[in-house]
Amino acid sequence: MTLARKGHWTTVVGLVLLGGVYVRAVVFTPVERLQGPAQKIFYLHVPAAVWTELAMVLVGVASVVFLFLKDPRLDRFAEASAEVGTVFAAIVLTTGPIWGKTVWGTWWAWDARLTSTLFLFFLYIGYLLLRGAVGDAGARARYAAVLGICGMALVPFIHLSVYLFRTLHPQPIILKPSAPSLPPSMLVTWLLSFAVFTVLYVGFVMQRYALGRAREEGDDG
Amino acid sequence: MGETLRHAWTLARKDLVLEFRTRTAILSAVVFTALVLMVFNFGRDPTAVAAIDLAPSILWVTFTFAAMLALNRAFQLELENQALEGLLVAPISRTSIYWGKLAANLVFVAVVEAVGLPLFVLFFNVPVAQVLGPLVGVIALATVGFVTVGTLFSAMLVRTRFAELMLPVLLLPFLIPPLMGAVQVTARLLAARPLSEVAGWLRLLAAYDVVFLTLATLLFPHTVEQ
Repeated sequence: MTLARKGHWTTVVGLVLLGGVYVRAVVFTPVERLQGPAQKIFYLHVPAAVWTELAMVLVGVASVVFLFLKDPRLDRFAEASAEVGTVFAAIVLTTGPIWGKTVWGTWWAWDARLTSTLFLFFLYIGYLLLRGAVGDAGARARYAAVLGICGMALVPFIHLSVYLFRTLHPQPIILKPSAPSLPPSMLVTWLLSFAVFTVLYVGFVMQRYALGRAREEGDDG
Repeated sequence: MGETLRHAWTLARKDLVLEFRTRTAILSAVVFTALVLMVFNFGRDPTAVAAIDLAPSILWVTFTFAAMLALNRAFQLELENQALEGLLVAPISRTSIYWGKLAANLVFVAVVEAVGLPLFVLFFNVPVAQVLGPLVGVIALATVGFVTVGTLFSAMLVRTRFAELMLPVLLLPFLIPPLMGAVQVTARLLAARPLSEVAGWLRLLAAYDVVFLTLATLLFPHTVEQ
């Protein structure tokens, strides 16, 4: 089976599982007391947000190793990861306002975390634009790696500024130093959803990687 | 180390001599800064919003744009007559080239800011006399952050298509954290609040400078490699 097929099937499995997670989230997980059914979007919003950031970190790690090894596979992976990260950022930026409208009463608040996802989104777009603007393949890979590493280094600064900036957003309830302050049933649903998003990330990246390779072969041939 | 610094200084001096003899770029940047400040004045309703409330934002948006404009030309100079190739085959380290460019850019932006700050004080009647020292300090901290990342990116982008457009698009997300910090600190300073209120922001600004200066020094060779 080719990589593209494998990625295709991984994505299909991920989407089916996502449906399953939502059955669990809607039917079997308690409704949040204050937010009501609107809170259900949490199981989509937060895993996508976590993967938006993880994808950027993986772009950065692949970029660091690329600059040492100069292996084109790493560059292809970084490109794929960045594109998938862009999609996940778009999911966060779509679900965020929908949730915000119900809970905060406004579509968009210049809340630090929403804003920083927006900037992560622009970081991704910039990364992809840069790849488009460089003709030479060797230079493209190097420039993209430099930007990817800087992007990864920027993520902690975005986080720090989130803590320091006045914010509407809830403080992190899962990834925080003390134990997660979420009822066990909600936490399990969230973890399942996070696992599904991981499957989706892998599936998308596999397909995009295969596409990148096919493109390079097309350019050579 | 000493040699690296000496070469960097030679390079920076070369750029600055070129800049101050032709004067076109520096004058344009200064005039641009004054114009942006004017735009801000007419871009608000003076009966509804007091200048002092907007002052930190006005100052930092102006400086951000001015820095970006300055950074665009940093490597553009070297494109003529393949000067960049000459620089790369010269027996000096890549670190010297980066630090030299960084120093020249810092001086360039500092000159623009040195003209911009008094104009800002004059136009918007901002009381800075009491806090001038700390204000200059925070301007320096944020500017080093801006220029460190900007110099690296402009080296990379100079030979790409649409370099003038790409630089702001890539750079602005990186300027947001130092910009946020600088605005917060400036606002507290202008409100005569103690600096201890913004200790977190000051640490963030300093950490940003250290991290990106290190990173840019390490990464710069990859942006000019042939």
